[in-house]
Amino acid sequence: MNKAQRRAFDIAVWALLLTMPYWMGAIGGYTELATRIVVMGLAAMSLNFLLGFTGVLSFGHAAYFGLGAYGTAMAIKYLAQGTLLSMAAGIVIATIAAAIIGALIVRRRGVYFAMVTIAFGQVFYFIAFRWNVVTGGDDGLTGWHRMPIDLGLANLDIFGNDKAFYYFALVIFAICVAIMAMLLNSPFGRTLLAIRENERRARFLGIPIERHIWLSFVISCLFVSVAGTLYALLNNFTDPRALRFDLSGNFVIMAVLGGMRFFWGPLIGAAIFVALQDYISSHTENWMSAIGLVFVLVVLFFPRGVLGILRGRSAE
Amino acid sequence: MSIASFSGGVRRRGLLKAGLIVGAAQVASPFVLRARAADSVKIGLDNPLTGTYGGPGKNELIGCQLAVEQINAKGGILGRNVELIVEDSTSGDAGTAVQKARKLIDGDKADFLLGNVNSALALAMAQVSNEKKILHIVPGGHTDAITGSSCHWNVFRVCNTTQMEAAAVAATLIKDYGKKFYYITPDYAFGHTLEAGMVKACAALGGSRVGGDLAPLGSADFSAYLINAQAANPDVIIFLTQGDDMVNALKQAVQFGLDKKIHLAGAQQELEPLEGLPPEARIGTWVMEWYWNQPGVPHVAEFVDIVKKRTGRVPTARTWFGLVSVWTCALAAAKANSLDAVAMAKALQGFQLPPEIALSPNPAIYRAGQNQLLATLYVGTAQASGDAPDDLFKVTSVVNGADIAGPLEDSGCKMTWPA
Amino acid sequence: MTQLILYSVFNGLIVGAFYALMALGLSLILNLSGVINFAHGGFLAIGAYLAYTLIPVIGFWGALVLAPIVTAMIGLAVERAMIRPLYGRDPLYGLLLTFGLAYIIEDGTRFFWGAQSVPFQVPGWLTSPLSNQFFFLTGYRLFMIVIVAIAVGGLFFVLTYTRLGMRIRAGTHDLDTVSTLGVNVGLLRNLNFGIGIYIAGLAGVLAAGLLGLSPTMGASLLMPSFVAIIVGGLGSLLGTLLGGLLIGLASGLTAVFFPSATEAVIYVMMGLVLLVRPRGLLGEEGRMH
Repeated sequence: MNKAQRRAFDIAVWALLLTMPYWMGAIGGYTELATRIVVMGLAAMSLNFLLGFTGVLSFGHAAYFGLGAYGTAMAIKYLAQGTLLSMAAGIVIATIAAAIIGALIVRRRGVYFAMVTIAFGQVFYFIAFRWNVVTGGDDGLTGWHRMPIDLGLANLDIFGNDKAFYYFALVIFAICVAIMAMLLNSPFGRTLLAIRENERRARFLGIPIERHIWLSFVISCLFVSVAGTLYALLNNFTDPRALRFDLSGNFVIMAVLGGMRFFWGPLIGAAIFVALQDYISSHTENWMSAIGLVFVLVVLFFPRGVLGILRGRSAE
Repeated sequence: MSIASFSGGVRRRGLLKAGLIVGAAQVASPFVLRARAADSVKIGLDNPLTGTYGGPGKNELIGCQLAVEQINAKGGILGRNVELIVEDSTSGDAGTAVQKARKLIDGDKADFLLGNVNSALALAMAQVSNEKKILHIVPGGHTDAITGSSCHWNVFRVCNTTQMEAAAVAATLIKDYGKKFYYITPDYAFGHTLEAGMVKACAALGGSRVGGDLAPLGSADFSAYLINAQAANPDVIIFLTQGDDMVNALKQAVQFGLDKKIHLAGAQQELEPLEGLPPEARIGTWVMEWYWNQPGVPHVAEFVDIVKKRTGRVPTARTWFGLVSVWTCALAAAKANSLDAVAMAKALQGFQLPPEIALSPNPAIYRAGQNQLLATLYVGTAQASGDAPDDLFKVTSVVNGADIAGPLEDSGCKMTWPA
Repeated sequence: MTQLILYSVFNGLIVGAFYALMALGLSLILNLSGVINFAHGGFLAIGAYLAYTLIPVIGFWGALVLAPIVTAMIGLAVERAMIRPLYGRDPLYGLLLTFGLAYIIEDGTRFFWGAQSVPFQVPGWLTSPLSNQFFFLTGYRLFMIVIVAIAVGGLFFVLTYTRLGMRIRAGTHDLDTVSTLGVNVGLLRNLNFGIGIYIAGLAGVLAAGLLGLSPTMGASLLMPSFVAIIVGGLGSLLGTLLGGLLIGLASGLTAVFFPSATEAVIYVMMGLVLLVRPRGLLGEEGRMH
């Protein structure tokens, strides 16, 4: 796929994103669904930084997603901070946690790494669940909502106006995605790809593998926590489910469904998954089977994802 | 690629094709139901159909569906057909519950919002319904805050507050069993408020709390707490756990033989967990919010018959909650003669339900200023079987909710109306 | 106080034995096939529900024998159809597949048996305590210990003295060599999976006597099994057994001194093991790569 095609694809994606609240209604969606797609898309793309581009499987990313969400919620509820500061609080907490845990587990690989990420994810879920006084426990953190942002020149009412919040989320999404793209195109990004392709060879070349994996893990968790902060703001609510391993599993399937090897893959996967889940669960109470079936089908028949199939065809 | 794996691939593909067809049929057929008349009044139900609360949620759905049929048979709401739009909120994912609430209100243009069994989800949804100014009825979410510290003018609740349940059963426990209580409490807001309510109600009658344990939601093994309870030597062990936790706790308590030494009791009990228990574990003194076996109370038998014919089982309190919730919408609209949420909410202040909806010996009234339904509570003992195979509860005393609901100021509800 | 501690320790061991049983099945599958079976809890539920359905027909003891076997057969079919194509691929896919499978199983059990808990009837003489003093030694818990002991003993016997067991153990160390020796590796994995699922089904039947029978019953038991494997060490079945007992014991003791941390202590132990001895108590070095 040459540069011109890639640019065209990027433009198409952005055009769709910029206008989503307007055409969403026409196909049976609603603005909040569009925002949800953007948030989940960001989470899946962040995970994919680690999974698709560094080749390391984490099944516990929801922990950092949730930490971002809780940090934001607690800052707004207990410290009465504005939106941007609260988001910063959530991001900082999650990134510090990721840095510490990453350092502990970076020597493991494969199945064991995955298991350990699951287990640590559960630890945070458990803390959120039990530390009722602070986190609200199973009931979640309620009684707060996102505040309008005062930009000096204008007041951005992201609480009352669904569309305003969508564009706010889109701007944050754009910033994160741009940074990720820059990192992936840099020498650092190339090194990550090398590690993904053949770790042993990369090690022989003198690349400090563990440090790179740790950095990739931390960056990936940082951006997933940004998605978490947006999620908390979207719901005006956060609860322990945002930390559970089934949400982690959903991020992974979104990345695989869209195409792990492609930059926009996870966004496509998130769009399909979120819209599908929304649609199916409205029509049948057996939506869990349908979602489970999606997992099974993707793994067995579409491991390269949607973009993998499309690109494969165009390459012929 | 060997022959073996090739044929395996073909077989697999066939299986998959079959699966896809079945899946498509599943999705396609209800789709027809969703093609709705543009002019109908829509009631959005955002309740769990899957997960831990799937059982009660399903029963509430049945009550709602029955009510919609009854209303349509009588001409609908303001002359228009009523349509129930059902969404699965899941049992615990607030994100999904909120998403579905917004979908129902923004996407489907629902005029009313109903839900949720899970109190936390109910609170999250209440924020949405309040923001969008939609009338919101909570059928079975019990945390006191819903009509207490977090009350809203547009949110009404059918089921009781924990304070009322505690007040109803405390007297019986003190009178019949003793004064020393050990509490096994589920560790979430509902459990905490229920325990606080029980401790307060019992203390007022001379009871005391000799100890307690907080069990995380979804605990599988209660043996540790039961061992602690036995060691504290109480007169009664109070089980405040609900649903599956109730089933686990009671099953294990009976296996320990604790029921032979100490009285087992609690506050809120429902038919669903009793049905999930083996017969020897259907014991203890509890309070229920509605029960099907009410000889002498008009209209109840007909309701029980209809539900039995339709679903093969007797209605539970949850079925009744669903019925009342939907009927409340219709009656509010009729009284206000409009679908404007503020007008309907004002019409519901102090509103008394007609007897064929209240289905209880005492009147059922939405308390003004709190939007809380005050109806009847049924104190009694669980039994392995009674008059009929599903008669698992023997009612020993019937309490009027209005008598035991504390003063309005104590609820913490400060209702503000839009200008 | 000492009595309370004794009670709690004993009870913790009983619960730990149950965790160990669950974890053993999971570990067996993980060691040979490299698949983290997220659907393990689902198979536990299937075993329980099958027993519930069979009891009116063939009684409790018949169900105890038959339900795990039927569950294992379902497991064999699932492995053949869905998991076999994934061997040799990134472990990611096995994880995702069993994850999706867990959803399907939970929904399936809800579809067939309803969302509500169903009552599970255990023979009367098992449900009462053996003595007034040791009231927590219910007949049922002791029965559980006996069955777990028989199952674990049986498993280790099969692994040590039968040809199948030897091949499984060899395959855990070096599957390539085993394959070049002419063993049908596909069949080996299949049977190994079946054994793991049999154990899950058995655990399900046992669990049904203790817990409520509902579609979500397997979910809460999955995490402690993971922790048992991490604590005991990847690659070692004895380690898994030990891990399960240890976390049960820790839970039991914590219940005496610090009741609200009964679950947290499991994760604390996991954290400690990962920090101090990452390969687990009896794990093999190099198994993590």
